[in-house]
Amino acid sequence: MDAWEWEYAFSILPDLLRGLLVTFQATVLGSALALALGLVLALVRRSGLPILSQGTWAFIELVRSTPLLVQIYFVYNILPQFGITLNSLTAGVLALGVHYATYTAEVYRAGIDAVPRGQWEAATALSLPSSRVWTGVVLPQAVPRVLPALGNCVISMYKEVPLLLSIGVLDLVGRAREVASDSFRPVEPYTLAGLFFLLLSYPAAVLVRRLERRVGIAH
Amino acid sequence: MASHTDTETGEAAALDGGAQIRFDKVVKQFGDNVVLRELDFSVQPGERVCLIGPSGSGKTTILRLLMTLERANSGTIQVCGQYLTHMERGGKLVSANEKHLREVRKRIGMVFQQFNLFPNMKVLQNLTEAPVRVLGESKAEAEQKGMELLELVGLAEKAGAHPSQLSGGQQQRVAIARALAMEPDVLLLDEVTSALDPELVAGVLGLLKDIANSTDITMLCVTHEMGFARDVSDRVLMFDKGVVVEEAPPEKLFNAPDHQRTRDFLQAILGRS
Repeated sequence: MDAWEWEYAFSILPDLLRGLLVTFQATVLGSALALALGLVLALVRRSGLPILSQGTWAFIELVRSTPLLVQIYFVYNILPQFGITLNSLTAGVLALGVHYATYTAEVYRAGIDAVPRGQWEAATALSLPSSRVWTGVVLPQAVPRVLPALGNCVISMYKEVPLLLSIGVLDLVGRAREVASDSFRPVEPYTLAGLFFLLLSYPAAVLVRRLERRVGIAH
Repeated sequence: MASHTDTETGEAAALDGGAQIRFDKVVKQFGDNVVLRELDFSVQPGERVCLIGPSGSGKTTILRLLMTLERANSGTIQVCGQYLTHMERGGKLVSANEKHLREVRKRIGMVFQQFNLFPNMKVLQNLTEAPVRVLGESKAEAEQKGMELLELVGLAEKAGAHPSQLSGGQQQRVAIARALAMEPDVLLLDEVTSALDPELVAGVLGLLKDIANSTDITMLCVTHEMGFARDVSDRVLMFDKGVVVEEAPPEKLFNAPDHQRTRDFLQAILGRS
């Protein structure tokens, strides 16, 4: 028996691709949640409302200083005890999204802090309502600056999706494990799974680096 | 936070309806550094007043207080007969709410040393943004007025450009047009030529002179351009260490100042140029 059998490798591709699709779903939905919730957290923290902004700070610290795996178990196994039952993919997306939202919140904060004080002052001098200061002046300047950092968050999340295996989500790695244990041949499935990750996350990283250079030029 | 002044002072000040800007015992300090010491001064409608003096003497702080970018530690400021950061409630002066602040602030426009145009908006949108969002003008109306103002500052052909594509002098002229688009009663000019290359200064000052000659807008300028102060102002205030050392019409202040401090300052600044 060869260490690598091409025929076997091709035969398991459909299974792996099904897993890849799930990985994609989790990444896209999780990112959408992380990007939106992170912005909300960043804005609430800056709102200056004492209880809300301290509560947000505490939440961010709590989530960032506990393992993602624990949070995944928490959402999937403990929330049902409070009457919230989610299927495994939904629970996984929720855990990933909330976890990464605490990182994107910090990224947004850095972007907002980088908007020069003069921009806020000009907006005040023109009496712009604060909702418009955010949507028209501050965020359009803050977000493009941090797009590369947000992109890196998405790439990191993509590579963490396999953790959802722990609650039974059959992502790319989940499928690979399934195939491997059915056939007792682990080399091909795990190698291919690794290759799929590399093939997608490397170009994405290159793209982010290019974006970084462009943002660097623009500012 | 502004402390609440006693009611008597407030009411006495409110009775003086003539002045467009009125500072009453205004104190501003940053930490232990007292920038304004019980400053009293007023500006009449349509008057052009230049504030001169060494850096750190509190001139810019006066403009920033008027624009509500800073809050006074004590004292009151009135604009067009209304308290700026206070309001009367039940015969007492209390801190103004956001709505009141907005109403009074709308009458004031400001041009900054660093222009502070919005880089994410094209030139014309910089001019139309506030009239549309704050004054409730229609977009067409605001754009027409915006084009007229760009015409006035000689930059109509740059309407579709981004601020980053303009020179410093052009950006500052757009910033002046942006302030005028709000049709303010009072225009604050904070060292508007200090960040410009020398060859661009004259164009911006010339524009401001034209505006001074063709409108009756009240102007309050902090400047190191003594020629401009002489040409434009009705009155010049010499500041030092948070107090007004001397105030006089420009002919008097520049030619025959009463105070040694003023003479020293003028000699230092004019001797240099």
